[in-house]
Amino acid sequence: MDLLIFQVPILMVQASLDGALLGILFALIAYGMALQWGVMNIINIAQGEMVILGGYIAYTMYVMGIHPAYGVIVSPIIMYFIGWLLYKLVINRVVDRDLFISILATFGISILTQQLMNFIFGADVVVAQSNFGTTLLFDDMVTLPNAKIFSALIGIIFAIGLVLYMKKSKLGRAIRATSQNARAAKILGIDTERVYAATFGINAALCGVAGALISITFTLHPYVGLPYTVRSFMIVIIAGLGNLPGVALSGMGLGVFEEFSDYILGTEFRIGSVFTLLVLILVYRRFRLSRKREYLE
Amino acid sequence: MKRNNLILYGALLVFGLLAPFLFPAFKLQISFMWILVILALTWDVQGGQMGYNTFGNILFFGIGMYICASTQIGLFFPLEEWTASGGEKTFLHTPSQYFLGLSAGLVLAGIVPVVVAALIGYGILGLRGHYFAICTLGLGIAAGELAGGIEIIGAGQGMTAPPWPKGIGDTEFRSEFFYFLTFITMLATFTFLRWAYQRRFGLVLNAIRDNEDKAEAMGIHTMRYKILGWMVSAFFVGIAGGLVGNMVGYIEPTEIAFAGATYGVFMILMAILGGKGTLWGPVIGAMVFHIFKEGFWTFFLGWQYVALGVLIVVIVIFFPEGIMGWLREKFPERFGEVVDEADRKAQVVLK
Repeated sequence: MDLLIFQVPILMVQASLDGALLGILFALIAYGMALQWGVMNIINIAQGEMVILGGYIAYTMYVMGIHPAYGVIVSPIIMYFIGWLLYKLVINRVVDRDLFISILATFGISILTQQLMNFIFGADVVVAQSNFGTTLLFDDMVTLPNAKIFSALIGIIFAIGLVLYMKKSKLGRAIRATSQNARAAKILGIDTERVYAATFGINAALCGVAGALISITFTLHPYVGLPYTVRSFMIVIIAGLGNLPGVALSGMGLGVFEEFSDYILGTEFRIGSVFTLLVLILVYRRFRLSRKREYLE
Repeated sequence: MKRNNLILYGALLVFGLLAPFLFPAFKLQISFMWILVILALTWDVQGGQMGYNTFGNILFFGIGMYICASTQIGLFFPLEEWTASGGEKTFLHTPSQYFLGLSAGLVLAGIVPVVVAALIGYGILGLRGHYFAICTLGLGIAAGELAGGIEIIGAGQGMTAPPWPKGIGDTEFRSEFFYFLTFITMLATFTFLRWAYQRRFGLVLNAIRDNEDKAEAMGIHTMRYKILGWMVSAFFVGIAGGLVGNMVGYIEPTEIAFAGATYGVFMILMAILGGKGTLWGPVIGAMVFHIFKEGFWTFFLGWQYVALGVLIVVIVIFFPEGIMGWLREKFPERFGEVVDEADRKAQVVLK
C-alpha cells in the first residue's frame, strides 16, 4: 500500500487524466466487442490478441522507418482482412452453436495468436516512439504525453465515424437489422453470412486502430492480450449492448480505476485488480438480479 | 456387459499397479497422466454433468499447491526465510518431518480449496452461461496475479517445494512413491465420483444441466447442490495441486500454480475430447490427450502451444461430442439404448 496519492493530491489529477485518455481506447475495443456480441452472439476471447496484433503492425512500420502514427490507417485495413479470414476459417462454424463453443474456440485462437506473435516479433516488451513530445499542466506538476492526447482524439474520431457509418450506410443498416432479428433479415434478402463476415472484420479493424494507438502510448508484448479482452467484456456488461455513451463512460471509468489502483496498490497488482474487479462486478450484478429472481443470461 | 466392465476395470488396475515397473522410464509421465485424469474428471463435474462451463477450477489447483508446500515448510521452518533463500536449500527436512509435513500438507490442500469453494460458491455459481465462464476465467487469472504479489510465498519468483529427504531411497524410489500417491488419488476420485453419480447427487446435477429453473421448481435446492459439486471438485483438484507442486519441486504463480494456459485449458479440452457428461469420457480423453501430448510435443519443438491452439479449435469445432459421444452414436446398444431398426431407417437427416 502506498498512500502517496493522498498526500500529493495533484497526482490524482494526473491519474484521472491518464486513466480517462486510456479509457477511450478501452471503450473503442469494447465497442467492437459489443458489435460482434450483439450481431453474432459471440464472445471473442481473442479480442485482446487482435489489439496486440494491430499494435505490432504499427510497430513493424516504426521499425521500417515509417512514423507509427500512420499505423492508424494501415493497421485497420490489414486487420479487417485478418478478421474476415478468421471468420471464414473458424467463426462461421461457431456462430449458431452453444456460446461456450465460441468462447473455447476463440480461446484457442487467442493461444495460437499469442504464440505466433511470440515467434514473429519476439518476447520483448516493445514500444513505438512517436516523438510527439509532452504537454505540461499545472505548473509542470502534471505531465501528459502528446501521444496519449493524440490517441484519444483519434479514438474518438473513429468511434464517431463508426457510429455514423452504422446509422447511414447500407451495410450498417444491414448489420443492425441482422442484430435485431437474423432470420427476418434473411427473409428480407440480407446476406447474413456477408453481414457477419463484415461485422467481424469491422471489429478486427477497430482492434487494429486501438492496437496502433496502444503501440505509441503504451507497450506491446505478445502475452498481454487477455486483459484487453477482459476489460472490454467488463465495459460491455456494465454499459449494456448498444449503449454508446455508456460504453465511453465506463471505459473512462475503468481507465481511471486502473490508474488509481496503480498508484495505491502498486504496478504488480494492476492486472490482478482488473480481473478482480471483473469478478466483483459480475457477482454484484448477480446479487442485484437475484432479488428479482432473475439472473444474467 | 457387467463382465466386460469387470475385465476393463481389472485391466486398468493391473496396468496402473504394474506400470512403474514395466515402463520405469515413463514413471513421471504416467504420474502426470493420472493427475490429468483427476483434473478432467473433476472438471466434468461442472462442465459435463452440471452444465456449468468453468475456466476457474485451476484456482483450487493453485491454492492446493501453495497450501501444501507452505504447510510442509511452515510446520518446521520459518516460511519467510525459506522463500527468501530461494533455491539454496539452507533447511533440510528429516524423513519423519518430510512425511509428516507431506501428509498434513495434502490434507490441508484438500480442505482449504473446499472452504474457498464453499465461500465463493454462492456468489459465483449464481451466474449462468457465458457470464459464469468469463467470471471463472477472471477468477483463475486474478488469483495468479495476486499470488504473484504476495511476498511470503515468493511473489513472482515463486518458491521451492521441500526436496526429498536424504536417507530413504534414491530418486527412483521418490518417483515410485509419488506415482502411487497420484494413482491412489486418481482411483479415489474416480470411485467417489462413480459412487456419487449413481446417487441423488448425480441426478440433481444432470437436472441442473438440463433445466435449472424446472429443477428448482420441483423443489430441489439447486444452489446447495451446485456448491456441493464445486466443493467435491475443489477437494480433489486441491490434492492434485499439492502433489504436482511436490513432483515439479518448484512453484511459480502464473506458469505452474494458476496455469490457466496449460492445466486450466487441458482439463477442459480433455473432458471435451473424451466426451463430457460421461464418467469414462474424461478418463479416456485425458489418457489420449496425454499420450498425444507427450508423443508429439517433441516434434513440435517450440511450437507446442501453436499446436495446442490449433488442437483446441479443431476439437471444439469438429469433435464437440468427444470420443464417448462418437462411440455412443456408433454402438448405441452398448450404452443401453434400445434401437428400433425400423425407426432408425425412417429417420430423415434434417439440414
